[in-house]
Amino acid sequence: MSDLSSNAAIFAPRSGPLARTVDWIIRHPRMFTFLMVLPITLWLGIVYIGALIALLIQSFFSIDEFSGIIVHEVTLKTYGELLRPYNLDIILRTVGMAAAVTVAAAIVAFPIAYFAARYAKGKWKALFYIGVMLPLWSSYLVKVYAWKLVLAKEGILNWVFAKLHLTWLLDGVLSIPVIGGNSLSVSYIGTFLVFLYIWLPYMIIPVQASLERVSKDLTEAAADLGATPKQSFRMVLFPLALPGVVAGSIFTFSLTLGDYIVPQIVGNSRLFIGQAVYTQQGTAGNIPLAAAFTVVPIVIMGIYLWGARKMGAFDAL
Amino acid sequence: MHSDTRSPLGLKIAAFGGLFFLLAPIALIFLYAFSTEEKSFQWPPPGFTTKWIGVTLGRADVWQAMGLSVKVAAISTVLALLLGTLTAAAVARSKFFGRETISLLVILPIALPGIITGISLRSAFSLLDIPFSTWTIVLGHATFCIVIVYNNAVARFRRTSGALIDASMDLGADGLQTFRLVILPNIATALLAGGMLAFALSFDEVIVTTFTAGNQTTLPIWMLEELVRPRQRPVTNVVAMAVVIVTVLPILAAYYLTKDGEHTAGSEK
Repeated sequence: MSDLSSNAAIFAPRSGPLARTVDWIIRHPRMFTFLMVLPITLWLGIVYIGALIALLIQSFFSIDEFSGIIVHEVTLKTYGELLRPYNLDIILRTVGMAAAVTVAAAIVAFPIAYFAARYAKGKWKALFYIGVMLPLWSSYLVKVYAWKLVLAKEGILNWVFAKLHLTWLLDGVLSIPVIGGNSLSVSYIGTFLVFLYIWLPYMIIPVQASLERVSKDLTEAAADLGATPKQSFRMVLFPLALPGVVAGSIFTFSLTLGDYIVPQIVGNSRLFIGQAVYTQQGTAGNIPLAAAFTVVPIVIMGIYLWGARKMGAFDAL
Repeated sequence: MHSDTRSPLGLKIAAFGGLFFLLAPIALIFLYAFSTEEKSFQWPPPGFTTKWIGVTLGRADVWQAMGLSVKVAAISTVLALLLGTLTAAAVARSKFFGRETISLLVILPIALPGIITGISLRSAFSLLDIPFSTWTIVLGHATFCIVIVYNNAVARFRRTSGALIDASMDLGADGLQTFRLVILPNIATALLAGGMLAFALSFDEVIVTTFTAGNQTTLPIWMLEELVRPRQRPVTNVVAMAVVIVTVLPILAAYYLTKDGEHTAGSEK
């Protein structure tokens, strides 16, 4: 590497300090690489990771319950507070919702991805591509807003149920305890539908990608060996698509865990982890508890990613 | 195989049903922007009018929020382009100590929930007594925009043959000439696509912004306030439609730019 600089004579000498500096850097590859990664290291390594670590440290502090002042002594008291029934409920509710959304997203996404990967050709393929990309890249808030329109009492969904004379069915579903509520827009069903809608494209894309990688030869070989289409789906195609499903589930699960805007706008007043973090650091001024709450999704996602890696999901991304 | 050319009916229904589920709510946004109803989300709309587009265009608060969003997105995109491209070049071209760490570091801000990025930046600002400003918003946005540019650029750098750079140097071009005449034309469309996606992402971002904006209002924050406490539904309907158009156009453009990028000069395979 260093022989480049000693052989400098083969390069024509350049004029101007800028050109000379550039030439010097290029002849010292290690220095060149160092200079290239220096800004990102400073930005993410110090500003971002620094802020993250500062936050995590604060979760080991506690708050004086009378004065509301943060006590700068290392303690596990704040983590103990997480285990109080009220806070534990928040965590279980969020994890439950994330799991439900993930399972539903996999079920809804699979046929879309399967059709797009295996059967759609030409302009249909383009339609499916746009049909997934458009909602994926449309504004997050606009999507939530669209669902506020859909779920409103005077909105289109209630109108459809009324026109089909199925209002009794909707009322019946809404009267189910826990998941029901006064109307769709203040029930867990509503929250669930919005989450499902917003994160669905994140499931479709990796599943479709993994299905497209399955060679046609494999399914044909299965058919030649006497498998019915159902069998070859179950024994050949599905196992090969599974890493894609797991990869998609990383997104749907993680994104639901951290979201605090959807349940605030569509749903009842019971908190999710994201909302708990927001209120603890904001109005309640309890930064240690807010920090401890943020540790929950980090730990859950850490375990989840470790499991997903074992299933080969990262190759499907 | 006959089963491969014709799809089962059940699958067709499920696939097109899913597609309808994905697209119908967005179509609804466009319909409601022209509704004459002012007080509720009534369906079907009692009538159609273009009056609210004019009203929205005359609203100073909407324009101000829009201006701030464009400014933040533009600065964040430029920063992300610089940092993302440099990092991608280093990671794709050479092996060095800490390379894996850096590629993980870049992905972290979008792998972790936005609320974590938001609250950690906010608590860092308050620890260091940094007042909220446009720059605190930019800091948050650029952090997660870098990865978008990085992903686009690193893929292109890997496809572009390193022999091109060597050849250019052998033929007597200096570093700057090689960059301007060889490297830049090869990665330009990838950068443009990455930049557009980063712009769209920043323009739309709300979760991190609520923590780093203080009392400044970007367009998404304006929308959020309207969602929590609806005061002017017709104006919100029009803004929602405008936001869909502003974010979707760069996406379509980025798609066409990267589609052609697969035939980059010097790519070996």
